[in-house]
Amino acid sequence: MREIKELLVQKINELLDNGTVDRVAGWKAGEFCYDAAPAVFTKENIDELLYNGFCGANQSKFLVNAATTENRILALLKPCDTYSYNQLVKEHRVDPSRVYALGIPCTGMVDVNKIKALGITGITGIEEDGENLKIATIYGDASCKKCDVLLERCMVCKGKNHVAGDEMLIPDEEAPETPSCADRMAEVARLEAMTEEERFNFWREQLSKCIRCNACRNACPACTCRTCVFDNAKSGLAAKVNNTDFEENMFHIIRAFHVAGRCTDCGECSRVCPQNIPLHLLNRKFIKDINEFYGEFQAGADTTTKGPLTSFTKEDCEPSIVMERGE
Amino acid sequence: MQVNEIEKKEYTPLIVAFCCNWCSYAGADLAGSSRLNYPANVKIIRVPCSCRVNPLFILRAFQRGADGVIMCGCHPGDCHYSTGNYYARRRMTLLFSMLDYLGIERARTRVEWVSAAEGAKFAAVMNEFAETINRLGENRKLRDLRCEK
Ligand code: SF4
Ligand code: SF4
Ligand code: FES
Repeated sequence: MREIKELLVQKINELLDNGTVDRVAGWKAGEFCYDAAPAVFTKENIDELLYNGFCGANQSKFLVNAATTENRILALLKPCDTYSYNQLVKEHRVDPSRVYALGIPCTGMVDVNKIKALGITGITGIEEDGENLKIATIYGDASCKKCDVLLERCMVCKGKNHVAGDEMLIPDEEAPETPSCADRMAEVARLEAMTEEERFNFWREQLSKCIRCNACRNACPACTCRTCVFDNAKSGLAAKVNNTDFEENMFHIIRAFHVAGRCTDCGECSRVCPQNIPLHLLNRKFIKDINEFYGEFQAGADTTTKGPLTSFTKEDCEPSIVMERGE
Repeated sequence: MQVNEIEKKEYTPLIVAFCCNWCSYAGADLAGSSRLNYPANVKIIRVPCSCRVNPLFILRAFQRGADGVIMCGCHPGDCHYSTGNYYARRRMTLLFSMLDYLGIERARTRVEWVSAAEGAKFAAVMNEFAETINRLGENRKLRDLRCEK
């Protein structure tokens, strides 16, 4: 990752100097080294740019507001971010002529909570080490297996290929790969196999943890409405209190529905949720159903194909297919 | 046992039926004018097209105390706006599947295509659906507790 960072800085400086772009959307360290947050840089503060295993945040959504000026902005896109970027371009939320998209390689982003859960604390840095990660801490160096600490979405990485970009930092064929650690639909299938009552209890327990902070919605690159249904105080859907009613369920069903067929499974919602609710399991259920009912579909794979909910065929299955499925 | 609990046993389900203006609502009309019986607790909400039914409408109906929600529209291919019901069909399929995934009784939701000439079908569908909902009993999983007086 260190060599990549050097290459990246070199490239960014080149693009800033030759006037291709005047700003860069990247990551900046926060209070701690693992608090990497999206930030916009110019020539003056570009040396604060960070790119390491903590830079999970997807830059593409920020372009909705940031890519509106005459001068182009440089977007650093990891392979999976390019799917979100395509989707935003397809929906005319981002104007690609105002962006210079640089595809950057990624070897998997980590979930710092998983590292802490292994008893590794006082983290000061992170370094690639093949299948493992070397973690520098104030108590000395520690090491752990990558598959144990990757973000949920990186465990089921979409691969090293970028699907969009004006330029690639290094060609995809030469880029390093993220190890695949899990089966994407395994957890959805496990839930489907449960009884109705078990499923209800599972989701009741998960969703009642929701504090309606809206972080999942705000970070989601598919949720880009200027005014959201949940922002309407009169809708009766905007309560903040965590109560025993149906409201969180409704919020989550509707949110997942609004992004169905558009969600690229980028995993931002689960990553940002402070309550650790496995929101990707809702989105993946829609993805699984769409694939089964209407044929394989990957949102953001290109900028032209019609989405499954904005198209149809006359031979589509009837909703009763849900009833006919065995318990 | 409390008195009001005993009283509660006499429960009649509340069914909300979203009917498109051009076919199913006319079908309901025909059922009425043909003097075919269907349960009085089926409350019809007329919508311009089945495609107008936002998933939120369905959830909202449940939240406000419906025990079953059915959506009726023109037969696929016969939509007044040509293709509305094709989109609605995909939407409802996915929504129902999601409700099922969340552990909500899947028999509480349904889609039926009823044309303006199918008064008898309308009555039969509603009777059958009401029976299903009666059997399932009160909807507890999707209810909004704050709405209870
Ligand atoms: S939840 Fe729905 S309305 Fe709200 S921002 Fe997301 S897609 Fe838009
Ligand atoms: S991020 Fe988590 S806690 Fe916040 S609204 Fe979304 S699900 Fe609820
Ligand atoms: S008008 Fe009846 S379904 Fe569209």
